[in-house]
Amino acid sequence: MSINPEIIGRVYPPQGTYTVGREKIREFARAVFATNPLHHDVDAAQAAGYSDIIAPPTFAIILAQAADAALISDDSAGIDFSRVVHADQRFTHHRPIVAGDELQTTVHVDNVRVMGAGAMLTTREEITDLDGNPVTTCISSLLVRAEGDEN
Amino acid sequence: MKPVFENLTKGDTIGERRIELSRADLVRYAGASGDFNPIHWNERFARSVELPGVIAHGMLTMGAAVQLATDWVGDAGAIIDYQTRFTKPVPVADAPDGNNPNESTNALNISGKIGALDEEARTARVDLTVSAADENGAEQKVLLKTQVLVQF
Repeated sequence: MSINPEIIGRVYPPQGTYTVGREKIREFARAVFATNPLHHDVDAAQAAGYSDIIAPPTFAIILAQAADAALISDDSAGIDFSRVVHADQRFTHHRPIVAGDELQTTVHVDNVRVMGAGAMLTTREEITDLDGNPVTTCISSLLVRAEGDEN
Repeated sequence: MKPVFENLTKGDTIGERRIELSRADLVRYAGASGDFNPIHWNERFARSVELPGVIAHGMLTMGAAVQLATDWVGDAGAIIDYQTRFTKPVPVADAPDGNNPNESTNALNISGKIGALDEEARTARVDLTVSAADENGAEQKVLLKTQVLVQF
C-alpha cells in the first residue's frame, strides 16, 4: 500500500461534536505531567478569568487525531497507520480550550510529498466552536515509512 | 511569580526540568489521548516495524516538555502557539524483571530560554531543548525547533 498523492486538497468535514469534559482535561493534564492549578482547580481557573479549567497546550491533539481517523481509514488515501511516524506538530491557539466547550474539527490535507518509497503527509485540523469561531489550528506532518525502512 | 515582559532579555534562561518516564506513563498517556498505537506499549509489535523497542508517544514528549514554559508563565492560556519537530524516538523499556512496572527507564531533560521578543505584539518566544537517552543509553536531542510563543 502506498499513499495516494491525489488526496492533496481533500477536506474531511466534522464527524460530530466533541464536548470538552472537566475530568478529561484533568486526566490529560496528569498524563503530560501538567500540575498547574488552572488545569485542575475550577476556583483557580475562575480567579484567573476563565469560565472553567483550561486544557494544556497539546490537548487539541485528542480532537486532531480523532478527526484524522476519517483520513486514515479512507482506503483511497492509502495510508498504513502502523508505519506512520510523527514528524512535526504545531498548535496555534486562537483562544484556550475550556471545560464545557463544544467543538468540531475539519481535516484539510495540505500536502503529500513523496520521499523515495515513503511520503510526508501534512494535515491541518481546524478546531472551531459550533458557530464556526476558530479555537485551535493544528498542523501535523506524518512520515509514512516504506516497508523495510529503518527510519 | 509571573515574569514581567519588560524585564525579559533574549537568551535568558527560564529553568530546567527532568521528567522520568516509565512504561506505565506511556499507557497512561495512551488512555488519556486516545492514541493506542501498539508501538507505544507492545515490544513485539514495535520491533516488527523496525523500531528499537517500545517508544514514547512524540506527543507525550511534546506535552510534557511544555510544562516548563507553562509553569514559568503561570497560565497555559498565555501560550498562543507551540510547535516542534520530532527527531529521535524516546525508547521506554519495560522495568527489569522483578522490578515495579512503574519504575522509570528513561527521562526527558528539558531546558528553556528566551529565543525572541516582539515588543509590538508583546510576545516572547521560548525555545525548549529536550533530550533523552537512546536505546544505547546515549543522551540525544529528541525534539528540534521546539518553540513556545507566550502572549503577555
